[in-house]
Amino acid sequence: MTGHITGRNLVASYPAPGGGILPALGPVSFDVAPGEFVCLLGPSGCGKSTLIRILGGLQLPSQGQAFLDGSLITQPSPQVALMFQESNLMPWRTVLQNIALPLELKGVEKVERMEAARHLLPGLGLGAEFADAYPGELSGGMAQRVALGRVLIQRPEVLLLDEPFGALDALTREQITLDLMQVWAAEQQTVIMVTHNINEAILLADRILVFSQRPGRIIANIPVTLPRPRRIDDSYSDAFGQVAQQVRAAVRQAHPVMG
Amino acid sequence: MNLITDRRRLLMHLRRFAPWLMLFGLVLVWQLIYMLRVYPPFIIPAPVDVLVKFRDVLLDGRLFNHTIATLVNVLVGLVAGLLLALTLGYAIAKTPILEDILSPIIVAIQSAPVVAYAPLLVIWFGSGPSSKIVTGALIVFFPMLMNTIVGIRNVPASLKDLMRSMQATPWQTFTRLEIPSAMPILMSGLKISATLAVIGAVVGEFISSNAGLGFLINLARSQYDTPLVLVAVLMLTLIARLLYGVVSLLERSLLSWQRRSQRN
Repeated sequence: MTGHITGRNLVASYPAPGGGILPALGPVSFDVAPGEFVCLLGPSGCGKSTLIRILGGLQLPSQGQAFLDGSLITQPSPQVALMFQESNLMPWRTVLQNIALPLELKGVEKVERMEAARHLLPGLGLGAEFADAYPGELSGGMAQRVALGRVLIQRPEVLLLDEPFGALDALTREQITLDLMQVWAAEQQTVIMVTHNINEAILLADRILVFSQRPGRIIANIPVTLPRPRRIDDSYSDAFGQVAQQVRAAVRQAHPVMG
Repeated sequence: MNLITDRRRLLMHLRRFAPWLMLFGLVLVWQLIYMLRVYPPFIIPAPVDVLVKFRDVLLDGRLFNHTIATLVNVLVGLVAGLLLALTLGYAIAKTPILEDILSPIIVAIQSAPVVAYAPLLVIWFGSGPSSKIVTGALIVFFPMLMNTIVGIRNVPASLKDLMRSMQATPWQTFTRLEIPSAMPILMSGLKISATLAVIGAVVGEFISSNAGLGFLINLARSQYDTPLVLVAVLMLTLIARLLYGVVSLLERSLLSWQRRSQRN
């Protein structure tokens, strides 16, 4: 089993507008086991997105190292797929063409890659009638499902999700969260997901890392041992409530003003 | 109820015929001015005279020859200007230092009126087609260059990250992201350029030439053959309008996704 992610004393900082350096993240150290689902929870601007970019090889840390299966991450890896809050679909490509893009870049034949994309549609909750629609014709929720399809077709060992459902309405969000849980149950990739939603984090994660305010540090490491498969109704259970309380207490620490 | 739909239908018919009504009205006023002898016929000839002249030059082959000469100048100038603008625009968009080096020259060329420096081009490139092509290319160059730079610089950073995260090669990023992303802006640049190319060719032909509609206009004017001037001008209008139409068709087929997306 591969897909082991490690961060060692990761620090990220940016040049400040008025000169000097603005620390954004860290130092943070953590370990994510192969097949583990970890949620990153914390106030906005605490460097979670930066961390995702570093792990995805899109950005180098100012200090420290990140590893994928023991090798230093310096550039995007074919084993890792990223998904962001915006669906980032190409508006000139149809749904199928967008999903098939990663295969096209790998040189997979057109018939084969379009077939692979078509196969994914039902699992994504997308009807066949949307196959040839353009992103401009889709709702936000459907666009994000297409983006998820484009991630899954790469058969990645690691999924890095940066608030993927943050822009969706609550009901759509709940449904797509459940769909993601099913995908993960079947494929058992390593998932690192940024979210602001405590319930979503508990429902999905094996472990929740709570971040402090900028520069973000890990202030709590909360395992979620609730049995799987989990359902939305589980969020009304006592066990769920206890975890939620624990997480909320940690978040309060991160957000002293709001506490 | 019926009255309203009838009125609406009438209005729709009216709108469809409005341009033709306008055209008809213009010719009518023209004929009236001619008949009232407001100006002598060598200044304002009768519409029929222009039509007759059109038939004459069409039958003796002059119109065809000069139109082809201009069309070649226009098309070659357009393509040359486009290729230059696209390559240089892409290079500038990718390397800002190039913009710092080149922008004084580019802005100077753009600020100077073409008509002013066209004689220079004739001195340098001779009175054959090449000076017209260079004039056309130069006039096409600037709007296309600006649109290329803007189009390539406006490729969303998020999509560049996406391509990077999927290990796209630079060539793949160019063909799958940069070109389609810049295409709407490139097409609007092409629309402007297509009409400008006609101006460039005619300006070149005005300065010095022995063929082309610009030459024909010069010749006809010196002989006070006003109907022939009008025929040549109408022919140029037709060329420009046709070019614009072709580019619009190209745009419709290349950017069909935009219309589908807007409908929603």
